[in-house]
Amino acid sequence: MAVTSTADIGGHTDQSAKRDPVLIGLLAAAFVLMAAYALGILPTWLYRVPEEWIPPTAEMLDVVFAFVQNDLGLIHLTRFIAEGPLEFLLDATANLLYGKRRWPYLGPIPWTAIAAATAVLGYYLGGWKMAALAGGTFVWTALIGQWDIAMQTMSVLIVAAPFAFLIGLLLGIAAWKYKWVDRLIKPILSILQTLPFFTYLLPAVIFFKVGPTAGAVATIIYAIPPMILMTTLGLKKVSPEVVEAGKMSGCTRWQMLTRVYLPAARTELLVGVNQVIMLCLAMVVLTAFIGMPGLGAKLLAMMGSFKLGRSFEIGITIVLFAIMLDRLSKAWVEKQPYHHEKGTPWWQQHAYLLGGVALFVIFYILAQFIDFFAEIGRRQSFSKGKEIDKAIKGFLAIEGVNAVTDWLRWFLNVKVLIPFRNSLLWIPTSAFILLITALTYWIGGKRPAIWGFIFFTIIAFSGWWDRSVITLYTVISAVIISMLIGIPLGVFAARSAKWPRRILLACDTAQTFPSFIYLIPAIMLFGVNDVAVVFAIVIFTTVPLTRYTIEGLRTVPPEITEAADMSGATRRQKRWSVQLPMALPTMAVGFNQAIMFAFFMVIIAAFIGTQDLGQELQRTLAGTELGKNIVLGLNVSLMALTFDLAVMSWAENRKKVLGLT
Amino acid sequence: MAPVISAKNVWKLFGPDPERYLRDMPADRGFDEIRADGYIAGVKDVSVDVGKGEMLVIMGLSGSGKSTLVRCFSRLHDITGGTIEVDGQDIMSLNERDLIDLRRSKMGMVFQSFGLLPHRTVLENVAFPLEMRGQDRHTRRERALEVVRLVGLEGREDYFPRELSGGQQQRVGIARSLAIEPDIWFLDEPFSALDPLIRREMQDEFLRLQEMLGKTIVFITHDFDEALRLADRIAIMKDGAIEQCDTPDEIVMHPATEYVRKFTEDIDKARVVHARGLSLPINGATVEGPPVDGRARIQDLARQLVNETREVIPVADEDGKVIGVMQRKDALDLLLGAG
Repeated sequence: MAVTSTADIGGHTDQSAKRDPVLIGLLAAAFVLMAAYALGILPTWLYRVPEEWIPPTAEMLDVVFAFVQNDLGLIHLTRFIAEGPLEFLLDATANLLYGKRRWPYLGPIPWTAIAAATAVLGYYLGGWKMAALAGGTFVWTALIGQWDIAMQTMSVLIVAAPFAFLIGLLLGIAAWKYKWVDRLIKPILSILQTLPFFTYLLPAVIFFKVGPTAGAVATIIYAIPPMILMTTLGLKKVSPEVVEAGKMSGCTRWQMLTRVYLPAARTELLVGVNQVIMLCLAMVVLTAFIGMPGLGAKLLAMMGSFKLGRSFEIGITIVLFAIMLDRLSKAWVEKQPYHHEKGTPWWQQHAYLLGGVALFVIFYILAQFIDFFAEIGRRQSFSKGKEIDKAIKGFLAIEGVNAVTDWLRWFLNVKVLIPFRNSLLWIPTSAFILLITALTYWIGGKRPAIWGFIFFTIIAFSGWWDRSVITLYTVISAVIISMLIGIPLGVFAARSAKWPRRILLACDTAQTFPSFIYLIPAIMLFGVNDVAVVFAIVIFTTVPLTRYTIEGLRTVPPEITEAADMSGATRRQKRWSVQLPMALPTMAVGFNQAIMFAFFMVIIAAFIGTQDLGQELQRTLAGTELGKNIVLGLNVSLMALTFDLAVMSWAENRKKVLGLT
Repeated sequence: MAPVISAKNVWKLFGPDPERYLRDMPADRGFDEIRADGYIAGVKDVSVDVGKGEMLVIMGLSGSGKSTLVRCFSRLHDITGGTIEVDGQDIMSLNERDLIDLRRSKMGMVFQSFGLLPHRTVLENVAFPLEMRGQDRHTRRERALEVVRLVGLEGREDYFPRELSGGQQQRVGIARSLAIEPDIWFLDEPFSALDPLIRREMQDEFLRLQEMLGKTIVFITHDFDEALRLADRIAIMKDGAIEQCDTPDEIVMHPATEYVRKFTEDIDKARVVHARGLSLPINGATVEGPPVDGRARIQDLARQLVNETREVIPVADEDGKVIGVMQRKDALDLLLGAG
């Protein structure tokens, strides 16, 4: 790591880390083990943990689950929830949005009415642009002939998001109020946030039966953690004087919470709402894997049969929904209360509400007479799936394009990926664990190293070592490639005045897309293979890397760059010896996020056909092997956590050294 | 008359298990020694009384414990040792319900950065304590409008805090603290966040309100001028302890410690000290001529003092009764800055 001048003066750098005996010891031990293996004198139990040593964790878990599920009768409770209130709500929204024949037998609501009402909501929250975005998304969806599947997705989202919000809010309040809840929840949250989504899906299927209910449950659970975090953050941030003002006004505890804390934490709570909605969308699309109908299922089917045109169109719909939901909820965060002049008539104070309702009613009535306003049939739609399909395939078949993608595929596969994978697989398990320990020690210090050692030892004894290593190899390759793209892009963008804002906006937008979307271009360009997987991950992970590089460079305090200017630094010197070192802690956050994203994506990419944990995980879905599913999921989680702990600890230390906290 | 607030040997320590530390602590342990033991003495052995209708100003630099002390008075902090009585009742013995009732009926507080609820309008902020008390919508609206008018914010009832200037926001804070007609009024550096011109205006406004309402007031400031301007008595704090608690005249004329003396050094004493403050017992001496008003500041008497022919000038109280005499030389020394 580059050592900054500020740190030198402070005298806080631990340069000793470079010649740390612990580090050297770990590395030496690893190399001895590898050398022994190369010479053929390594005992086999040090190469891979022998079959017979591996505890039957999966089977044991299955027994436990069977006990909880059947003997303790948990299944009755969950099935009751699933078939009772939850299914009732899902059926009601399904009826309203796409006319499922259930109570209240009112739907489907005409698409024009929904589009008009949301356009008014958009106008209220953010003016004409938001109105166009909100209305336009629904108009596009209807015209392209995807109304029904989009509404299937939305009907689950509408139920899941409020649930996730409420549960997250309550748990967040509990964690803020009671220390022990906080201590209990924290580790669970960090595991939940690294757990691959397949692991959310299977328990949902088993306890809540296949279809929308299981999809909704998985979605709710997936979206809860950020709401908990934002709630506690918001409540902690309420200014002490506001709290004291509340107390001095004679608030009881309940009044304090409902009249002072929660309203004062409005901004953070709404940011939580935004995150809940976005995670719900991301997950609801993924629930296609457990047979939830909707946009995700359609996309899955279309990609599976290599119908690129339709995939592309569905992709656009999903992206539009993502952008719309994100922008609208963010506009809500920004929206501040403002007073009406005295004597404003009642109808003027509620103009938006009245306008929205009026338009909704007008279109509802119109739709009773004009079919086009009610529903757009399959044949009337403007879908150009076949034509786009032809165009894309035609483009890919062009000599030059084809040559480039072919060469890239060959080069990456034969020269980079396969050799790298084989060498990782070659390393004996014992040496691998020591290398990981050394790496985490070098990056994050003692604690992350101990955790890294424990986590990877657990993986070694899980019985899925090779597949874990393959997962890890995919993640590492993809992150390295995206570093080569994202960091220079960020550095380059940060040089000018207007580019950072544009690229940040693009990154922020891209981050709202459900991860599934990133598979579309990968499959388009490279077909179904390893390179497509890496490519999908690369696009996905380049986003945070670029974003945080720009952010890090931009937040260097201006006095420091000015000081560098006055010391006569050239642009180049300034960048390398002032800005980059100062930006590194922030960039590390981006790097960490990239790794987490990569672990997430690599599992989804199992769909394309990989040989890693994701593939096995996907298989457990079909066989409902809950124990194995959890073991596999935890393996992914443990690897992700190892890197998370190390990188975050490095960033923290670095920030302290640089005095940035 | 019994004091409204009576604090006796009050301690507030921050740190792990402070009660036990205080119990085992040797007497007269200093602030720094306590800190070396891992505790912060927010309030250190403070005894002070506040009389009915009196304005006590607590003055000190940041970290001197003045905010902590006032939060002990309202039990926003639980004290570690000693007793605090409000209207003869030990507030540490109150349960939650009674404490809430005490605050709802007797106390109002104004904060440095206003502490307004951002999602409520001016009127709703002012009505907040009434709402907590469970008053019905109509009466609390009436009362809130009344107080809003009192602090001169008429016409802005429907504004939200962020739509107001700093001075206006503090007027809302003041109005809110007065809504329940409290007997005791705490003000924690209410004007520190305002710029100097507005501050001066708000001080005048505050004096006007006090003239009208006559509350018992504990006022915190780090600004010595502000303290001198407003106070009946000033308590000067340092490291959690009160260095001196006295009238402005006494503090300026007879600083008890070196620390207090340093504060008074740059003060134009003639602007602070009243004729009464310089008056000495008559001791049977003959007094001649008309007396000066004991409430007049020396500065205001400047012209008279310069033209005066008597060396000894009688001083009278507000009823015109002679209470003592003032040496002309003393007064002139003070006026010329030689005192």
